[in-house]
Amino acid sequence: MSVLIIAEQQQSCLDEATLSAVSAGRQLGEVDILVAGHNVAEIAIQAQQIDGVRKVLLADATVYAHALAETLAPLVVQLADSYSHIVAAATSFGKNLLPRVAALLDCAPVSDVTSIVDTQTFIHPIYAGNALQTVRSQQSKQLLTIRTTAFSLAELTGGQAVIEHIAPVAVPQLSRFIDLQLTESEHPELTTAKIVVSGGRGLGSAENFAALLDPLADTLNAAIGASRAAVDADYAPNDYQVGQTGKIVAPDLYIAIGISGAIQHLAGMKDSKVIVAINKDADAPIFKVADYGLVADLHTAVPELIQQIKAIAC
Amino acid sequence: MKVLVAVKRVVDYNVKVRVKADESDVDIGNVKMSMNPFDEIAVEEAVRLKEAGKATEVVVVTLGVKQCEETLRTALAMGADRAIHVETDEELQPLAVAKLLKAVATIEQPQLLLLGKQAIDDDANQTAQMLSALMQLAQGTFASKIELAGDEVLITREIDGGQERLALTLPAVISVDLRLNEPRYIKLPNIMQAKKKPLEKKTIAELGVDISPRLIQLKVTEPAARSAGMMVENVTELVDRLHNEAKVF
Repeated sequence: MSVLIIAEQQQSCLDEATLSAVSAGRQLGEVDILVAGHNVAEIAIQAQQIDGVRKVLLADATVYAHALAETLAPLVVQLADSYSHIVAAATSFGKNLLPRVAALLDCAPVSDVTSIVDTQTFIHPIYAGNALQTVRSQQSKQLLTIRTTAFSLAELTGGQAVIEHIAPVAVPQLSRFIDLQLTESEHPELTTAKIVVSGGRGLGSAENFAALLDPLADTLNAAIGASRAAVDADYAPNDYQVGQTGKIVAPDLYIAIGISGAIQHLAGMKDSKVIVAINKDADAPIFKVADYGLVADLHTAVPELIQQIKAIAC
Repeated sequence: MKVLVAVKRVVDYNVKVRVKADESDVDIGNVKMSMNPFDEIAVEEAVRLKEAGKATEVVVVTLGVKQCEETLRTALAMGADRAIHVETDEELQPLAVAKLLKAVATIEQPQLLLLGKQAIDDDANQTAQMLSALMQLAQGTFASKIELAGDEVLITREIDGGQERLALTLPAVISVDLRLNEPRYIKLPNIMQAKKKPLEKKTIAELGVDISPRLIQLKVTEPAARSAGMMVENVTELVDRLHNEAKVF
């Protein structure tokens, strides 16, 4: 069994999601990593150091800038012969690319795998995480996206992979990159943060959202998340959304503030180790999954919380 | 320009599904079914393109059991011009769906193919990507904005760190995100009108597509339940418990 991991990059760095994909891949066989992009030699050097990686395949060409699925898919397909498994993280990058590769290989992929039973059998959530489906593949080749929060991060040290250069594959130009607008945040990245503080419609306005959650997140060195209701009401940018259709997080501590706890939202955070809910409605469904629930007005509870946490830290 | 929209009949998003006691599947007998919410957004966008004079015809297509007709009627009531129902009782996995949609698109020759970014039952998020691969077209996934510009379509995509803009050569396949638009509320007269709009039936045999499942469902289980939590009286108790009991800070 040999496994090809498709590496992902974030602003000329190897994305942490790739490390989760490697540790999932190591459960399946010998792991190689494909690093494709433009001016990505440094990323290949980082990938080389990941523990347990055999080979880094480096495809460095202008055509691979901006990670367009139309140009990357044929490259992966060309490499596919040598691999029994092709794995990417279930991020917006992985979800965009992997099914395209799968169709070109006439393979049915499995999305968002949370557990690997054996080399052909996988578990993944369906119905917004309300059920777990175990599927066995009858195919000779398996294509998977893995849920990053379900797999530990492979060590970024101790690896001694060799780098092999891969020539670009000719593709018709179907799409063109225009620009990229990243959401600026001084807080840690949502999907990898140890602590997440998340706000919902209960915050009432974008001003409250920032005025209450920013200092709390600063105090805890936490990432900030939001429910779909808060995003739809423009209290927070889209990529803060935690839920079935947003990001899936599983931090050590998740603090849900003014969030009722719709199924859609719970699907994105119910694997957090400790869940705290602060809501003025004692019947809010969020209290059913919370380890600690506080029925209170968030406008007074949050500032008080910040003050008391600071007192402990001193 | 012709727009083809693919829609799926799924368990209504308000229903919390239960797993069957024998773990063979989820229990969806007698639950409310609706159009997949992302597909409603796709239909809405197609209808808006038509209303803006940019699309000439909006065709909706679905694959599945007899009752999927209702889903097509909903789309027609929203403003689609005609519908195609590929009727089957067989299980259809996303790869088979992509192949069937390709077969339909080959007949219809649309310039734009719109799909929801994922169905809320299997949560796969695969069909649009596979369809564009099979048709060798550009893909614009998770679109929150769509603008036609000559022989290209400009889209804004929701990605992990923010937003990305791409230009896709037409014809193209686009999967839509929640933020693209707010689907309209259907009025009674539109429902009546929709009954008169053409709804064409096709069979899988006619389309000549191999739909054999590649993945076998072994079982479906409940996710592990969380142990019961506790309510705290005030912030002081909360901070104390988080610090001394849960030890999270």
